[in-house]
Amino acid sequence: MLQVISLLLENKPGALMRVTGLLSQRGYNIESLTVARTLDPALSRMTIVVDVEGALRPQVIKQMNRLINVLQATDLTESPAVVRELVLVRIRTPQESRTAVLKEAEIFGGRVVDSSTEGYAIEATGDPEKLNEFVDVMRSYGEIDVTRSGTLAIALENKKLRLQPPVPTRAGLELVTDPRP
Amino acid sequence: MSTLMNGATMLLECLVREGVDVMFGYPGGVTLPFYDALYEHHVRHVLVRHEQNAAFAAEGYARATGRTGVCCATSGPGATNLTTGLVDAMMDSIPMVAITGQVSSKLIGSDAFQEADTFGLTRPCTKHNFLVKKIEDLAQIVHEAFYIASSGRPGPVLVDVTKDVLTGQGHYQPVTSIHLPGYKVFTEGHTGQIRRAAQMIQEAHRPLVYAGGGIVAAGASAELRQLVELTDVPAVNTLMGLGTMPSGHPNFISMPGMHGSYAANLAMTGSDLLIALGVRFDDRVTGRLAAFAPHAKVIHVDIDPAEVGKIRTPEVPIVGDVKRVLGKLNKMIAENPAPADEARTAARRAWWKQIRGWKEEHPLQAVTSDTEIKPQHLMAEIDRVSQGNAIVCSDVGQHQMWAAQLVRFNEPRLWINSGGLGSMGFGLPAAVGAQFAHPGKLVFALVGDGGFQMSIPELGTIATHALPIKIIVMNNGYLGMVRQWQELFYNNRLSSVTLDCFPDAEKLAGAYGFKGKTVDKPWELADALAEAVREPGPYLLNVKVTPFECVYPMVPAGAGIQEMVLGPPQPVAVPSK
Repeated sequence: MLQVISLLLENKPGALMRVTGLLSQRGYNIESLTVARTLDPALSRMTIVVDVEGALRPQVIKQMNRLINVLQATDLTESPAVVRELVLVRIRTPQESRTAVLKEAEIFGGRVVDSSTEGYAIEATGDPEKLNEFVDVMRSYGEIDVTRSGTLAIALENKKLRLQPPVPTRAGLELVTDPRP
Repeated sequence: MSTLMNGATMLLECLVREGVDVMFGYPGGVTLPFYDALYEHHVRHVLVRHEQNAAFAAEGYARATGRTGVCCATSGPGATNLTTGLVDAMMDSIPMVAITGQVSSKLIGSDAFQEADTFGLTRPCTKHNFLVKKIEDLAQIVHEAFYIASSGRPGPVLVDVTKDVLTGQGHYQPVTSIHLPGYKVFTEGHTGQIRRAAQMIQEAHRPLVYAGGGIVAAGASAELRQLVELTDVPAVNTLMGLGTMPSGHPNFISMPGMHGSYAANLAMTGSDLLIALGVRFDDRVTGRLAAFAPHAKVIHVDIDPAEVGKIRTPEVPIVGDVKRVLGKLNKMIAENPAPADEARTAARRAWWKQIRGWKEEHPLQAVTSDTEIKPQHLMAEIDRVSQGNAIVCSDVGQHQMWAAQLVRFNEPRLWINSGGLGSMGFGLPAAVGAQFAHPGKLVFALVGDGGFQMSIPELGTIATHALPIKIIVMNNGYLGMVRQWQELFYNNRLSSVTLDCFPDAEKLAGAYGFKGKTVDKPWELADALAEAVREPGPYLLNVKVTPFECVYPMVPAGAGIQEMVLGPPQPVAVPSK
């Protein structure tokens, strides 16, 4: 089944690879993945939708939490969360159906972001399943191109973030360069 | 305070501050600046003959001491050659820091000479890895690498350093603290769960301690012994945990699993409470999972939360450092002993009687012959010489299993072998690392004729440093374990397992300037081994053993561990070559 995972991770080179590598090495297919900086530019928030067998879901979360760049991995599949996606649709439509397209787009909360004699570019956000319907409807009016952002999710409950404090090193000593005589 | 220096010197500075006294490596184009800095430095660098062996030697050092092993390789092929050793260290949770050179940051991605995506290649081979492209980051990263490698569940960490960082100039700012906000190390263990465990252990009728490599990593064998003695619970050690219970301890049964003893496997199956300490329920231990310890509740203590519940859901999960958890557990048990209960006392007595019965029924004992050297005979002789005190670095295969069954170990860190990954070629370079760690100790490299030839170039390293390693080749002329499976499960169709043309041991050792000998008569074995041990330098003893011997007991793949095959099914025809 599809699992929605929300990750808070360090914004560092390779961090994304560690997360996706963990999934790909187990042969799991990633359905969607979004990542962007958080308010703290040193951190990124990632939402992954991945096809994982139910019994293995806790194990996947544990493995992700084990990654050093990951601050927190949370399974949002069954916990209260808002799940949204953005879709951009470019539709080529004949003159006679232009108005109908606009009306349909409005029903889905879509917004025209570009208009030309050929047709429109429309953006819509919403629940990923709702967007599937939107795309289907648009397709019935003409030739379309679609780009989707992938799923974004935010938990409705605040899960306590436990960060590790700095640890002193044993290396913070005097300079001990000791060339061989 | 800070001093201007180049990156190579700074790297060495970091190593010194981490207490590195010896490292194993192989130089190359982009690591030239590092080796130049090393030229006038007291950190000892051991030149091995292949990068894979640098990693194995660093592992041998780490496994023998508990300290972080260090290896070094150049970019491209140097780094790719390290990967087997990295995965090996990963599978067995061995603390290791690997330093690799990388082409200059400006050339990365241009298919430069000896360029490989080391950072990408080693991501799944390491606990964590780093690419250093700025000299300002170097010291912080190296210290972080050592911290990550040695803390929590230990493992290998790779630091890939570009050539321009090694040659660049920078100030070494002493790194006083490490901040890895997402690196969670769980040490203490949940007190409530530990209390529950204490109660369950005391109330169980057929308890069994199942202790593994985590006890070695945590340095918790004293606590383990204390628990076992306090509660008089029988204990098994996994392949990785051998030595954490002294082999001669009255509560010690032996090793369970695919080639475990009859008593250990039946005890696992019959137990009503499995006290799993620093183990990961490996498939070689559990056999068919549905049949594994079917009557047992499980207490599972491990420092890695991802291990707890991975294979078997425990009744009492305890995430923590097994040393600390056992310390608390022992204290609770000692302070609140369970009130006497006749039924339980009787059940425990019956449990012990049953285990002793199993031990007597099918003991692990060396088979010998008057005409040929049985492999088990060789292990018994090594055991007699060692008396549980020598370091035995094993390769992978039949000899490894026979040694695990028959050689005693009084302490942890004496039995050194590649458990999880099962890398052939491990034994000889691991012995190099172990001997550097303990120059005064008796170190055996116990290898098969297959694995030995995989690492044969390290004879050069051994000779160069006159390491007094006793290389014992259990030579059966076959890739014995594969041959065993072909015999038992593939109608004895022996496909590509014959190792013809083994070099003359005396001449081979002689070519490197040390002594060697071949024996094939059982009555010569004891003297030959004594002579090898007496020799102050290295010694290569090639022991020709019965070729068609199989390791028993054996749990066939897919069977429950109580379904052991205890001996050969029928006389085996010698196939014509």
